[in-house]
Amino acid sequence: MWRDAVLVCGKDLRIEARTRVLLWQVVPFGVLALILFALALGPSEVALRHGAPGLLWLALLLASVLASSRSAAIEATEGTRATVRLLGLDAGGVFLGKAIALGVQLLVLAGVLELGLLVLFHVDGGRLALTTPICLLAVAALAAVGTLYGALVAGTEVSVTLLPLLVLPALAPVLIAGERGTASVLAGGGPGRWAIVLAVMAVVYLAVGVVLYGPLEDPA
Amino acid sequence: MAPAVTLRSAVALLGRFPALAGVDLDVEEGTVLAVLGPNGAGKTSLLHLLGGLLALRSGTGRVLGCDLATQRRALRPQVGLLGHASTLYPELSAAENLAFGLRAMRRPASDGAVALERVGLIGALATVPSRSLSAGQQRRVGLAWLAARRPALWLLDEPSAGLDEDGRELCDALVEEAVRGGATVVLSSHDPDRVARIADLVVDLAGGVVAQVRVGERARRVA
Repeated sequence: MWRDAVLVCGKDLRIEARTRVLLWQVVPFGVLALILFALALGPSEVALRHGAPGLLWLALLLASVLASSRSAAIEATEGTRATVRLLGLDAGGVFLGKAIALGVQLLVLAGVLELGLLVLFHVDGGRLALTTPICLLAVAALAAVGTLYGALVAGTEVSVTLLPLLVLPALAPVLIAGERGTASVLAGGGPGRWAIVLAVMAVVYLAVGVVLYGPLEDPA
Repeated sequence: MAPAVTLRSAVALLGRFPALAGVDLDVEEGTVLAVLGPNGAGKTSLLHLLGGLLALRSGTGRVLGCDLATQRRALRPQVGLLGHASTLYPELSAAENLAFGLRAMRRPASDGAVALERVGLIGALATVPSRSLSAGQQRRVGLAWLAARRPALWLLDEPSAGLDEDGRELCDALVEEAVRGGATVVLSSHDPDRVARIADLVVDLAGGVVAQVRVGERARRVA
């Protein structure tokens, strides 16, 4: 399974390096969302600092839908889906490979958005760096859910509109836990139980993905 | 010779539509079966059923010793498909596409370069993103993939579509080589004269059932 995961992850990252969808579409969308959120809150530094954690995770969540859609689109055509199925790759490995590749891209996105938080929302840089564990756990959950639902809608004619409808409700717990954990760290505390909540969500989503990806890709 | 394909009253659905409505078919190992028929006759569905890509809804079927009802996953790695749709990742080059597939099958990636050279894709043609290749060149990459992979069952869906005359001759030569090496080939076509020359058995499909079976010229030559 892990061998197939490494192979698929390498392939997806290579394709991303060629197309640069993350660089030219996903990251600009996330940054734009963050800018608009900042404009909506107005010039008050207190209001900006107060709203920063929630808006960071909202921007990341929305941009992650684009990244998930792109990840699913790599195998959306009948031909490439047949290719993967005829290679005899382990379905769990394919899921993990795609989830890891998506996770790497979402980490890059999260890093850029955190820089945006420093510039636009006047948060403390030192405290923001301490949110890294929260970020890693939440990104693992985002990548798992995005990959799983991406496989569910891949090949359908309405995948572009259906994916956000399915993914966003499923990711609401990640949004809440990420926001609470980040707010706690930025306020001078620790991530506390929110890190545990995110870790549990990441493990559950990844495990569910490993089990369900095969039947989703290959319905009876 | 052992049977490579045995279907009895095989039914397969596309949505709710019975693309195959009770197919009976026997294909021996190391032979070429040509499937003819008008659009919508069920040719592509038959190939997908034989490749384990389409579920068998009723009837029975065994391909390369695998039960189509329960062992489709075990069957697939033994099957190579050249379909209508490009099986390539368009952002990757022909060489990268083949290397990915060969690594996935735990085969040396260097086999890909040899196969690409065999189908005439050398130099820049092997290294530019495959979306830059013409339809015919992408078809050649598909043939190279089959040649490098050497599956036990070749499924070719209108393999000459998009190929020039050289490409068609190359395709016929690869089919003959594969069969001589013990592989079984099932191909669909709209060109009855051409496939009759290279096939051992020719089947006419109509409305998802076998309408006629006749012996091809290859069987007569080999005999």
